[in-house]
Amino acid sequence: MSAILPPADRIWWKHPIDKLEYTWIAIALIWSLTMFVMMIWWHIYGNQNLANETYKTTKEMYAAKTQAVVDKYTVRTETDKQIPVVKPPAGSDIYLIGRLWDWWPIYELEKDKTYKLHLSAMDYMHGFSLQPQNINIQVHPNYDHVIKITPNQAGTYSIVCNEYCGIGHHTMVGRIYVK
Amino acid sequence: MATTYRICPRSGLQFDTEAEKLMRFHAVAGVLSLLVGGIMALGVILTRWPAVHLLSADTFYMVLTAHGIDMLIFWIIFFEMAVLIFASSTLLHCRLATPKLAWAASILMAIGAIMTNVAIFQGESSVMFTSYVPMQAKWHFYLGLILFAVGALIICFIFLGTLVIAKAEKTYEGSIPLVTFGALTACIIAIFTIAGGAIILIPTLLWSLGYIREIDSLMYRVVWWAMGHSSQQINVSAHVAIWYAIAAIVFGAKPMSEKVSRSAYFLYILFLQLACAHHLLSDPGMGSEWKVVNTSYFMYFAVLASMIHGMTVPGAIEQAQRLKGYNKGLFEWLRKAPWGNPAFSSMFLSLIGFGFLGGISGVMMGAEQLNMLIHNTIYVPGHFHATVVIGTTLAFMGLTYFLVPVLFKREVLFPGFAKIQPYLFGLAMYVVALVMMGAGTLGVSRRHWDMAFAGAPMAYEWPGAAYLMMGLTGIFSCIAIVGGAGWILQIVLSILFGKKLEEGETRSTPIPLTLPAPTPGGAAHPPATPGTLVLALIFLTAFILYYFVNWKYLSSLWGLA
Repeated sequence: MSAILPPADRIWWKHPIDKLEYTWIAIALIWSLTMFVMMIWWHIYGNQNLANETYKTTKEMYAAKTQAVVDKYTVRTETDKQIPVVKPPAGSDIYLIGRLWDWWPIYELEKDKTYKLHLSAMDYMHGFSLQPQNINIQVHPNYDHVIKITPNQAGTYSIVCNEYCGIGHHTMVGRIYVK
Repeated sequence: MATTYRICPRSGLQFDTEAEKLMRFHAVAGVLSLLVGGIMALGVILTRWPAVHLLSADTFYMVLTAHGIDMLIFWIIFFEMAVLIFASSTLLHCRLATPKLAWAASILMAIGAIMTNVAIFQGESSVMFTSYVPMQAKWHFYLGLILFAVGALIICFIFLGTLVIAKAEKTYEGSIPLVTFGALTACIIAIFTIAGGAIILIPTLLWSLGYIREIDSLMYRVVWWAMGHSSQQINVSAHVAIWYAIAAIVFGAKPMSEKVSRSAYFLYILFLQLACAHHLLSDPGMGSEWKVVNTSYFMYFAVLASMIHGMTVPGAIEQAQRLKGYNKGLFEWLRKAPWGNPAFSSMFLSLIGFGFLGGISGVMMGAEQLNMLIHNTIYVPGHFHATVVIGTTLAFMGLTYFLVPVLFKREVLFPGFAKIQPYLFGLAMYVVALVMMGAGTLGVSRRHWDMAFAGAPMAYEWPGAAYLMMGLTGIFSCIAIVGGAGWILQIVLSILFGKKLEEGETRSTPIPLTLPAPTPGGAAHPPATPGTLVLALIFLTAFILYYFVNWKYLSSLWGLA
């Protein structure tokens, strides 16, 4: 008679389904399929799809690539920690390091130009959280994740770390300028 | 040791005496974990409330680790073990399989829970609930979790063994009850979960002891979430079963269609696990095809199942109420429901909150591209406080109001407080979930000690609205904690000092379940449920609007390819 007793009618699978219940199942199924198609549709027509291009790397190799870009395109340094501000040409590969506890270096990019942003971590995992855009990407050690980014608004952006990485986690904030 | 059975004079349920003791053990162990987790919640929230900012960073991360593990693992799984024992031995009028082994497993679980807590409070295992490598905890942090999981796994198999005994000894006729079917779903998912946990935690233990040199961080996340997400799917299956159970107990409600509800559970078994991918959408290394198929539970078939349960549970209540004559208009059945009965009000608040807040937010952020807006922000805990606290915990609390007289044979003390407790705790949690999601939408990070970034060379300034949301999170979390602490106090005091109730008859042979003869010519046509359909359509409208608002927001961001 109820959900805590065995079904009163032993042949319960032959019971007809209530009309309203059927209607709801049909609506729910259509909505489920719509949401599924939406993700695929966005891959074809949308402009915000996270790239999956990823390479295995080592901390040393990744640090060396970053250093090369920094050596070539640094225009000035900022803060007491002398963090280099790097202004690479549009279309180039730019490397960002996440480590305890900073994002290194600072990049200065041009609006509406595309760059190949590389992300990797030197120690623990970190979380790339671009504010106030609110784009959030997981950053792993030993993986080089390559994402084509096209900033569409000028401004000063912060990169907050939003993967817990120890006691100084809250001080790990980096920066990107878009001009 | 001969098995004896007690017939509860209040509910008519028949308990295997040993199973009953085990259920009490797990309920108490669960409530103690909830107590520790709740005290930790206070520490977490009084630190994240920007105006208070109580604890130092290291204490905060330690307390947050304990809060996550005690709540998400120990409280919930202890309670679920009691549910498994109840749904097998009690509902099937059957003896419990291998009670001595069940005791050994339960004690193992308790040892594991204590060991992990000791590791956390020693202070060198503040690695969060997820314990992502390469951050390392002390070895006994992992070992405690493994022992706890082994104990839980044994009880899962005892549950299955009890189903076999019930079938062999013919203690029931026909098919197992729907609630037992739901518990079986939870059990199958639990076995998958624990297997996933073993595959990742055993190597991690060996790594912490120095026997393995390195664990790949991406592999860890992929396999860990096979446990981490699935463990929350056990909850979904279990609390949906409890919704059906409470509807049956309070209203005598009969499932609208056994076929539909059981098929929906079957969809859970097939597809729910794929959602482990929800946590990996913003990670490198997996392809988009993999992400899209898995994150959508293969075309959202598990969401379909939840939407079905979300309609059939209130639908069953509506039918039962209409049969009692509450037939006026669309909603008389709901207005005249026993809103002062905490078992019902908890269950209904759990159902609505789980659907509207937890369900919609979960599906939205589980869309591959939309996840970038949400990943690791405080939106995520906002979402799972709606699913695990409002959905699971509130349902468990409601069931406990029923269990105190039935299982512990005590009258619930402070019935006046019991009437308001679900609203105090539940509605405060509704607000907490909402404002956390609001802060997350503005980007505020989860697991973060200081949103003012004290000491950072290039601090970011959050918008004022983010501070407002976090302040509201603090205030309403404190109200929810009062509601939760009140519940713990009420239950513990009732068990210790409540008026003793009659034991009921104890006998040495079980009474098999017999069914009333089916009504000739099939049951009378049950009443239609237009009220429930209207509620469901309101839900769908909210769902669709919120879903597309977020795509609109996504479309304004930097181009990413």
